[in-house]
Amino acid sequence: METKTKTRWSEHNKEIADDHFFYLRSCIRQNFNPAAEKIFLSILQKNLGKDIYDDPRHTTCTGIGYHADIVPFETLQTVIARQFSLMAEKGYKNCAVSCITSFGCYNEVLATWKQFPDEMAKAGENLRKATGREFEMPENLSHSCDIIYKFRKEIARQARYRLVHRETGEPLKIVDHIGCHYAKIFPEKSVGGSEYSRVLTGMIEAWGGESVDYPERRHCCGFGFRHYLIKNNRSYSISNSRKKFVSMEPYRPDAILTNCPGCNMFMDRWQYTLAQIEGKTYGGGTNGIPVLSHEELAGLVLGYDPWKDLGLQMHQVDVEPLLQKIGIVYDPAQKFAGVNGKYINEPLFTGCFNPHN
Amino acid sequence: MHSKLNSLLKSDVRLEEGLTACMNCGICTAICPAAEYFEYDPRSIAVTVQSGNEEEIATLLESDTIWYCGQCMSCKTRCPRNNCPGLIISVLRKVSQETGAFVQSRMGRQQYLIVKNIGMNILNYGYCVHPTILMPENHPEQGPVWKWVYENMGEVYASVGANLNGDGPGAMRKISGADLGELHRIFKESGGLKFYETIEHFSKIKALELGFVNENGEADMEKYTQHLLQEI
Repeated sequence: METKTKTRWSEHNKEIADDHFFYLRSCIRQNFNPAAEKIFLSILQKNLGKDIYDDPRHTTCTGIGYHADIVPFETLQTVIARQFSLMAEKGYKNCAVSCITSFGCYNEVLATWKQFPDEMAKAGENLRKATGREFEMPENLSHSCDIIYKFRKEIARQARYRLVHRETGEPLKIVDHIGCHYAKIFPEKSVGGSEYSRVLTGMIEAWGGESVDYPERRHCCGFGFRHYLIKNNRSYSISNSRKKFVSMEPYRPDAILTNCPGCNMFMDRWQYTLAQIEGKTYGGGTNGIPVLSHEELAGLVLGYDPWKDLGLQMHQVDVEPLLQKIGIVYDPAQKFAGVNGKYINEPLFTGCFNPHN
Repeated sequence: MHSKLNSLLKSDVRLEEGLTACMNCGICTAICPAAEYFEYDPRSIAVTVQSGNEEEIATLLESDTIWYCGQCMSCKTRCPRNNCPGLIISVLRKVSQETGAFVQSRMGRQQYLIVKNIGMNILNYGYCVHPTILMPENHPEQGPVWKWVYENMGEVYASVGANLNGDGPGAMRKISGADLGELHRIFKESGGLKFYETIEHFSKIKALELGFVNENGEADMEKYTQHLLQEI
């Protein structure tokens, strides 16, 4: 029995490179949570002593356009071949991917090239004709959450804070939401597969929190690509997120942890929108349930500043209740400060409801 | 057109990846978020494509049905035969656009809006999404914090260490002209530009058919766009 269990688990333990990464950024994360990418680089370089290269020449992978069906597969393959060409040119062999949509696209293209070598040859020819470039396949392709997961225990050793309620001493209850394209397309390319994903729960537990399962844990956030991109279709998107909030509500989570930039944004924004529609939240009083990505949570436990380092003021659901539960020392006056620490101005309100109404 | 549909579908390697042998069990429909939300059944789509029935495939290509999928790919995980109806949908959508069938359905017609938005972002900025085009009036769901970010964009992005529109590396850096040039040439060489043009071509024909004509007798795509934005 033990052997069978070990065998099954080994099928869902992917290989994650140890060092020397070529970073591939996310369109969505750069837009909505740009500091999350900055702190990922800082954690790897400063806390973990790793080498990771941030190449300004790489572009979007076009994944959102691909899944919204305006970018042909052949074009996606060629753009990805260019990213790999840039990587090889700089002497790197390991990709660290920020975006879950991109992660799915890279894996889809690599699997296609393995199964259909003619497709790879065609992408290579397109790339050569368009840019004069050649490309090499990466030796390892990991999502940034894989890398944080791999080093979660080292992060725990360096942590300034634990995911424990400062007053009660109880572990904070955290629900996770895994972006669909992390594990549903290629479960073997993830930590724990799609049914028993471990990549975020492993972090929560390593840093002192309690990972809380909930019935709709595996349900899509509802992005749906064309369904969110077209204003008339957005009810699909919010309805799917609502299903998740309804499912997690009875467990009264202290936070939601995500690995996907889009999911992170939707889980945050749709709480606000649902509150405006329905007049209620699904936890967290009038504020809602704070939503953090794996980079942001790692940065918090390591003691990085929530505003200038982590950019958590860019979330609609206020993270301050969570900071206070953990006992994080921070300066509330710096929340809406500009580059020189001078107050800019502030949003009409944070959280789900306008307290002045 | 009908005699070509099967060969068009089968010319895409993703059909081979996405459809090996469907046994009609319906687990894809059971797990599908779109099937829960719309009158949508990925099982029947897999069966139709597997049958090779040209008439039924032609009907599918002109219908709203193929546009309901949210591309979450939950179907891939659960299929006991390792099929992926989400991938079959990608192939159907491609053929629907290549043949012009997409303009026959309300949701298909929306592809024009996506080309003009995401498609142009990719070519103009090198990003699928760019903060300067995420206007709060078009995105009320983004809430007051995004409105604050948008109105104080330069200061907010700089304060969190981003490099908005700047040279060199960093979040939301400006993609250089040289790199955008390579991206453009890739789109040209690999059929991306032609695909955009095909979507625009059939959309213009549809605009004329619906009576959106400017003073020069050409398709008035601004009015067509407004029509699509209102069409429910």
